[in-house]
Amino acid sequence: MSDKLIDIRNYTSSPSAPLLTARGLCFDAGGQRLINKVDLNVAAGRCTVIMGANGSGKSLLLRLLHGLIRPEEGTINWEGQPLDRAGRQQQAMVFQRPVMLRRSVAANLRFALSVRGVRGEERRAREAETLALARLETLRDKPARVLSGGEQQRLAMARALICAPRLLFLDEPTASLDPASSLAIENLIQGARENGTTIVLVTHDAGQARRLGDDLVFLHAGRIAETGPIKRVLDAPRSEAAQAWLGGRLFVPEKTETDSIKNGV
Amino acid sequence: MFRRNFFGFAATGLLALGLSGPAAAQDDFIIVQSTTSTQNSGLFDYMLPKFQDETGIEVRVVAVGTGQAIKNAANGDGDVLFVHAKASEEAFVADGDGVSRSDVMYNDFVIVGPPSDPAGVAGSSDIAVALAQIAEAEAPFASRGDDSGTHKAELNLWADAGVDVDAASGGWYRETGSGMGATLNTGTGMNAYIMTDRATWISFGNKGDYEIAVEGDAKMFNQYGIILVNPEKHSNVKAEQGQAFIDWVLSEEGQATIADYKIDGQQLFFPNAN
Amino acid sequence: MDSFSGILVEAIGLILSWDPDVIEIIMLSLRVTLTAVAAACLIGLPLGAIVGAFRFPMRTGVIIAMNTLMGLPPVVVGLLVYLMLSASGPMGVLGLLYTPTAMIVAQTILVTPIVAALTRQVIEDLNSEYAEQFASLGVGPFDRVLALLWDARYSLLTVALAGFGRAVAEVGAVIIVGGNINHVTRVMTTTIALETSKGNLQLALALGLILLTIAVIVNGLLMAIRGTATRAAYV
Repeated sequence: MSDKLIDIRNYTSSPSAPLLTARGLCFDAGGQRLINKVDLNVAAGRCTVIMGANGSGKSLLLRLLHGLIRPEEGTINWEGQPLDRAGRQQQAMVFQRPVMLRRSVAANLRFALSVRGVRGEERRAREAETLALARLETLRDKPARVLSGGEQQRLAMARALICAPRLLFLDEPTASLDPASSLAIENLIQGARENGTTIVLVTHDAGQARRLGDDLVFLHAGRIAETGPIKRVLDAPRSEAAQAWLGGRLFVPEKTETDSIKNGV
Repeated sequence: MFRRNFFGFAATGLLALGLSGPAAAQDDFIIVQSTTSTQNSGLFDYMLPKFQDETGIEVRVVAVGTGQAIKNAANGDGDVLFVHAKASEEAFVADGDGVSRSDVMYNDFVIVGPPSDPAGVAGSSDIAVALAQIAEAEAPFASRGDDSGTHKAELNLWADAGVDVDAASGGWYRETGSGMGATLNTGTGMNAYIMTDRATWISFGNKGDYEIAVEGDAKMFNQYGIILVNPEKHSNVKAEQGQAFIDWVLSEEGQATIADYKIDGQQLFFPNAN
Repeated sequence: MDSFSGILVEAIGLILSWDPDVIEIIMLSLRVTLTAVAAACLIGLPLGAIVGAFRFPMRTGVIIAMNTLMGLPPVVVGLLVYLMLSASGPMGVLGLLYTPTAMIVAQTILVTPIVAALTRQVIEDLNSEYAEQFASLGVGPFDRVLALLWDARYSLLTVALAGFGRAVAEVGAVIIVGGNINHVTRVMTTTIALETSKGNLQLALALGLILLTIAVIVNGLLMAIRGTATRAAYV
C-alpha cells in the first residue's frame, strides 16, 4: 500500500519518470531463491545494461520485467500501473535463440503486426520499411527457419522493432553470432536508441555495454550488487562481485548459492 | 488470408459431400430387412431389378441374421421383413410390429461335412440320428450361434435329437456367432460339420473338399415368410410401396422369378405362396 | 488355397476392367471416409489445439478421455449411432439410417478422438517452443490457437492421415449404420466382409489390395508434401 503511494509520487514528481519500476521482486524455482528482492527503475529513453556471471539471474530478471513469468513476491509497474497484456504490447523482447515461426521472413513480420490489429496498407508499408531497415529484402519470401543464425537474429530484431515498442528487452542478442552479424544487430539497437526507444540489454560483452549502454545493473546471485552509470561501474567497480567478475575471477563469498543456481526457466 | 478461406472451403465441401448422394437424390425406395442366406445366394440381385423395372421402386436390402433383422424391423428401421423363422415371425406380427405374414418360398437345410466323415453320417437322411451320431463321436460341429433363422432351426433339430449342445459348447460344439458364410469359412477350416441352407451352400465359393453329408429329411424344411412392418406403429414405414413389393413377390410373376433362379442348373428356392 | 500371385492377377484385372460397380464402391468409400476425416478435423483440430495450448482445471482428465476414446471399438460406435438414428431412436425422424450420411456420422465419431488426441500432442510440443515468444508479442488466445494450428500444418497432415487410415479400414461401424446396401451404402470394407462371407476369398483379397493401394497413394502424396515442407524447415 505504502509502496504504491511512493511509486506514484515518484512517477508524478520526477521529471525523468521511470517507464518501468520493479519493487521487491523475488522468484523461486526448485526450492532455490533465484531472484532476491530486486528493486529496479528503467528510465525512459535510456539503455540499461544488465551484467553478471552465468547463473546470476540476468535472463530470469528480464523475463520477470517483461511479465513472461510471475514473481513470487514484488510488483512490476508500467507507467505507474500494474503490468498487463496491454502494457506488454508496448514492449518487445529478443531472445538469445530466436524463435522463428514456420513461415516466410515477411510472414514472421506480418504476424507481429496482425497480433496488434495492424492490417492492410499500413501493414504493407511497415513490413517493407522494416525489411529494408534490417536488410532482409532479398530474403523476404524465404522460409525463416532456413536462414543463418545471424539472419535469424536480424529477423528477430526486425520483428521486435516493427511494432515500434517503447521498451525493448534484449537477452544476449549477439551471444552466438560472428562479429559481422553482431555489428548488424548493434546497428539496429543503436538506431532504435536514436529513435527514443528505451532498452534493457543483457550482455556479457563489456565493449558492447560501453558502446550501447547508459546505466549498468550488476547482478550477483539473484541480487543487485551494484548500479550506476556504465563507464563508472566498468572503470571503477565498487562492489566485490563486480570487481571480481571484471577482473576475470570467480567471486564466491561465504554462504552463497552461486554453484547451485542455474540459469532459470 | 488463406487460413480463413480454407475453413470456409472445408465447411462448404463437407456440406456438399455429406448431403448429396443417392439418399437425397430420390425418395422412391423401400428398405427390406432380410437375411444373409437370401442375399449371399444372389437371389435378390436376380429378382430385384425386375421389380424395379416394373414399378420404379428401388429395394434396398439390409442383410443380417434373422434375429437382428426382426429387431431392426421392430425398431421401425425397415418397411418389409423377409426372413425364415416362422415362430419368431408370427410373434413379430402378434406383437403388432408387423401387419400380416405370408409364405413366400422354401428351400431346405443340409449338413455339410469333410470327406473324412468322422461321425459316419454321410448319406444319411435322418437328421435326428445323424446329429446324435455327431454328438456321440464328439465330432466338431460349427454352429451359427447368432440367433438367426438357421441357428434357431438348428437348435430345434438338436433338441429333437435329444442332444444338449449347451453342455458341449466350447468343446466339439462351436458357436461362431457369425453369419452363414463366415461360419462356413470357419467350420471348413476346422473340419467341422456345419448346417447350412442349401441356397447358400450351392452359391458358396470356398467349399474346399466339403460335401453334403445329410439331406432330405422333412424336418429340414426351411420356410421363408414376408411381412409388412406395421405403419400404424411406425409412421415412417412406406406402406404403399412395401405392400407393392410384397404383392409382387407373391404374384405369379414374382413366384416364377424365384423358381427361375438357378446356379449351375440347380434351383435354389421353391416358391410356395398360397 | 489359391496362390497369392493368382490373387494379385485378379486384383489387377479388377482394377483394369474398370468395373463400374467396383468404381462406385471405391468412390463411395472415399467420399464417406474423406468427409468423415474432414469433419473430424473441423472438430478435432481446434479441440486438440485448445487442450494442447492452454492449462485449465481437469485438463489431465480431458487428455485421458481423448486418449481413451482413440481406442473406441468401431462396432460400439456403430451401435451407438444406430440407436440414435433408428426410427425409434431420438434422431429417427431425420431418416438418416442406412444412408452414407449415417456412415459419415459414425466414422466422424470414430476419428475425432484420434485427431484431437494427436493434435493435442503436436500442438503441445510446438507451444512449448513458441510460448515465450507469443507471450512477448501479446498474442491473444484465439490468434494463438490459429497460429499454432497453422505452423503445425504439416505435422497435422500426418494426424489427418492417421484418422484416414482408421476410417478407411474400418468395417464394424459402417456395416451397422449403413446396412451394406448394394449401390447405396456398400463400401470397400463391407464388400470385403460380404465377399468373404460368400466364400469369394480371391475377390475379397483383391478388393483388399485395392484398399491398400489407395492407402499407399494417399500416404505417398502426403509424404511428398511433407518432404517439401521439411526442406523449408516447416516441420
